[in-house]
Amino acid sequence: MSRPEHIAPPEIFYNDEEAGKYNTNTRIQSIQAEMTERAIELLDPEGPSLLLDIGSGSGISSSIAESFGHVAVGMDISPSMLSVALESQDVEGDMLLADMGNGVPFRAGTFDGVISISAIQWLLNADKTCNVPQRRLNRFFETLYSSMKRGGRAVMQYYPESDRSQQMILDTAKKCGFAGGIVVDHPESKRQKKFYLILQAGGMRAL
Amino acid sequence: MKLLTVNFLTCSNKRCSGTSEAFPLKIEDAKLAIQEIELKPEFLRNILPRVDWNALLISTRQLGNHSLPEEKPELTEESDEVLLKSLHNVLLETEITEGKMTCGSCGHVYPIYEGIPNMLLSETEI
Ligand SMILES: [Zn+2]
Repeated sequence: MSRPEHIAPPEIFYNDEEAGKYNTNTRIQSIQAEMTERAIELLDPEGPSLLLDIGSGSGISSSIAESFGHVAVGMDISPSMLSVALESQDVEGDMLLADMGNGVPFRAGTFDGVISISAIQWLLNADKTCNVPQRRLNRFFETLYSSMKRGGRAVMQYYPESDRSQQMILDTAKKCGFAGGIVVDHPESKRQKKFYLILQAGGMRAL
Repeated sequence: MKLLTVNFLTCSNKRCSGTSEAFPLKIEDAKLAIQEIELKPEFLRNILPRVDWNALLISTRQLGNHSLPEEKPELTEESDEVLLKSLHNVLLETEITEGKMTCGSCGHVYPIYEGIPNMLLSETEI
């Protein structure tokens, strides 16, 4: 299967037709839901929290976070995905049309925690001449770190393309102040293998 | 978009981060709606210390609401339901469905459609 991030930028790839699949394809939905529940388990928030959902897409992950008592703020670059979220999910939290590679536009210490499902691999795309992946990664992790409460955690499920890209993401996060690592679920299964980048924004909480 | 979110949102432009004119974004031409949401006392107690009360006063006044007290109220385990409900109503149930937000530093106008602010910048601003 070709990787969607190789076909077009996310705001182009997730057009109305592709975004609609997220609403009607039950297999996609159940995988997204499963990964969100796992991300929240790894996040292990202390009580009802304010969470940022990066690449919130059709709203599945935000609505699951809300079902656990949290308030989610989603951000996504695809207007089609956001319309799907408006129409189909009963997401109570807010959504923003925003580009993660241009930073997380929130003041310091806003979020208790961060989740992201199948989104951050898009940061490595150089789909426009103004998109330099390393610069976008820097800007993203720098502003993400600042937007989180000290001691807060970010859990980001993603599809790393190569060991090199995985290292590039982790190195940049660490350079921006995060501690953390990668959890791999079902490492033995090529099809079910899932990567979760777990980052800690300061504080002494053990992973 | 909720006033809670407005209270944490900043300009996307790198050059504006940390400048006092850039926060809070100035709300104009707003259409409001009330979205009923279940009261979450624990969440309110968690979030209120992080709410910038002065910015909230500025935002609510831009929306024509002058009912909030000058000082941030304190929430305790015993806080009465009236106080919890009024904070809940302002922060979580009041929605800006249409309108625009302007950065006081760079002047960028962020439009809001169907409750979703467009925080994208043009290529020249990145
Ligand atoms: Zn600005």
